[in-house]
Amino acid sequence: MNIIRKILKDKFAKVAFFVLLFLYIVILLADFIAPYSKYYSNRDLSYAPPSKIYTITTDGKISFPYTYNYIREFEPTLMQTIYKQDRSQKHYIKLFVKGETYKILGFIPCNIHLFGTSDNGQIYLLGTDINGRDVFSRLLFGGRISMTIGFLSLFIVFPIGLLYGGVSGYFGGLIDTMMMRFAEAIMAIPSFYLLIILAAILPSGMTSIQRFCLIVVILALIGWAGFARVVRGMVLSIKNEDFISSAKTIGASNIRIILRHILPQTTSYVIIAMTLSVPSYILAESGLSFLGLGIQQPDASWGNMLKEAQEFTNILYRPWLLAPGGLIFIAVLAFNLLGDAVRDFLDPKSKIKG
Amino acid sequence: MEYLRYISKRALQTIPLLIIVSLLSFFIIRLSPIDPIAELRLNPSISQETLDKEIKRLNLDKPIGIQYISWAKSFIKGDLGYTSAGEKVSTKLKERIPNTLILTLVVIFMTWSVGIPLGILSAIKKESALDRLLTVLASIGMAIPSFFLAILLLIFAVRTGFFPVGGLTSYNFNDMDIFSKFFDIAKHIFLPATVLFTISLSGLQRQMRANMLEVLDSDYIKFARAKGLSESKVIFKHALRNAINPMITLLGFEFAGLLSGAALTEYVFQYPGLGRLILEAVMKSDINLVMASLMMGTIMLIAGNLIADILLMITDPRLRRGEK
Repeated sequence: MNIIRKILKDKFAKVAFFVLLFLYIVILLADFIAPYSKYYSNRDLSYAPPSKIYTITTDGKISFPYTYNYIREFEPTLMQTIYKQDRSQKHYIKLFVKGETYKILGFIPCNIHLFGTSDNGQIYLLGTDINGRDVFSRLLFGGRISMTIGFLSLFIVFPIGLLYGGVSGYFGGLIDTMMMRFAEAIMAIPSFYLLIILAAILPSGMTSIQRFCLIVVILALIGWAGFARVVRGMVLSIKNEDFISSAKTIGASNIRIILRHILPQTTSYVIIAMTLSVPSYILAESGLSFLGLGIQQPDASWGNMLKEAQEFTNILYRPWLLAPGGLIFIAVLAFNLLGDAVRDFLDPKSKIKG
Repeated sequence: MEYLRYISKRALQTIPLLIIVSLLSFFIIRLSPIDPIAELRLNPSISQETLDKEIKRLNLDKPIGIQYISWAKSFIKGDLGYTSAGEKVSTKLKERIPNTLILTLVVIFMTWSVGIPLGILSAIKKESALDRLLTVLASIGMAIPSFFLAILLLIFAVRTGFFPVGGLTSYNFNDMDIFSKFFDIAKHIFLPATVLFTISLSGLQRQMRANMLEVLDSDYIKFARAKGLSESKVIFKHALRNAINPMITLLGFEFAGLLSGAALTEYVFQYPGLGRLILEAVMKSDINLVMASLMMGTIMLIAGNLIADILLMITDPRLRRGEK
């Protein structure tokens, strides 16, 4: 808790902390906040622009915020599909409206959404995608995957890296040489190449949960080697300390010495490395999904939502499809700033490096 | 002489590394449920003769250990087999690798010539407005996903029409004289290079700033200042030489990062480089091509590290005398 209090003293880190807190709360409550479910799609409205919200009526009076539905029309002279507002009916935006049923935290059924519209209105805060799905809602659901995948991978990377680096550094000699050569070999393969190859050999026809778990594992497979090497370096310097020799004299087993005496010494480095490496996992996942090798449709992730932005017509005429990129940017920036602050507090020597 | 001994020692060390990498990638790919020549079989323009040759070259009817050995043998001989489209893998690689190398070298040159001075500047003017601004810019640069920046620049290119999109050369490249050729390539490389430049600049600048601050804090700099040397002499003659050494080690890592980052950027800009090649190969499950380009990428990475080590030895006399 001490660390959180210290972080809040730093201006940038404070903002970053609250941005992340906000993002996590929003994705946790995505079912409630999003007006639509992630599978909702309106086949008649693909690529509809964001709904315009009005607070002043045409005759100049202030009113509750309202919006109009879109109607799709084909313009024969331009040979284009255009979206017109159906001005005949206003749809007021209301809080706590009834909508699609979902389960709070996965088990309590509920159908109240944070906001919605009256009388069959439609509200697309960030427009719709090719299948007529609400981009805003999918952004929230996609955040669930994009913002957690990094942490989950870290929970695989760190135990493996710690144990591997610990054993290698502690035993030294031939074991050390062999283990380190192997780790170096993994590091010598350009990581993104390895990533796409691993992702590509995943068998098709998996459920989305299986796929998600395997992507987590793959991301972890790329990241552990570099971490293990640093841990090994730290272990090498720790293992000659007096308290290790005394533990040996008492008769502690090797595994006990590694786990109970050596590895706890690396805690502050581990925390620093963890916060600083979350962003790279977020970026890796989004890159993978962007290429179509990561999270697959119909599931949403920020990366695979950006896949649609690969087409020229989309990026030129439908800029709302770029929204996930902005969110990745914000999340990564916040993690970086927070990571810097955490490092400054836990490792005061780095402070001059800033 | 020492140079040579050191270089040959380092070069020899890479051989076991390459063997492990090849084993790793071979088994990863071969253990997947993909038939390595399924694509070749499906391609009607590939003759049965070529197919048989492939099966024989890869010993596909033998156990996997023997398969690896025969693959490795033919790899060393330079026989990389055929792509699923029936082209020779080696010609394909020969065409793509230089493109990626050009892109990476341009980017490294750009980042170094901008990042190092900026790093020095923000270290000297620590905590000034300029330093703060650079720190903020660096954080932003590090947080933009490369492919997203690429998309944004693509929008810019399409909207303004200043830059061509896709490829490395214009359609009339062969009719140009040498200057227009150079200019044409520069125009095509500009956008992908800008993306990679923005992404890697911030890290470099921050690292240089950190090194410089550390060196400026050391006793011998205080001594140099106390001696009455001018500030520019202190910084450029004494501090810089030591601050730059760790950067050379980083050069190897930077190269690695660029190879990976370039894959996505090349993909968005349709730049004909190794990254896009491996991506397309992976999508088409073109095993020969995947294996070969993975190995080439690894070799390039190892070579990059080797070059960095050698450079470091040249700049750091302590290493030459065998001290660490």
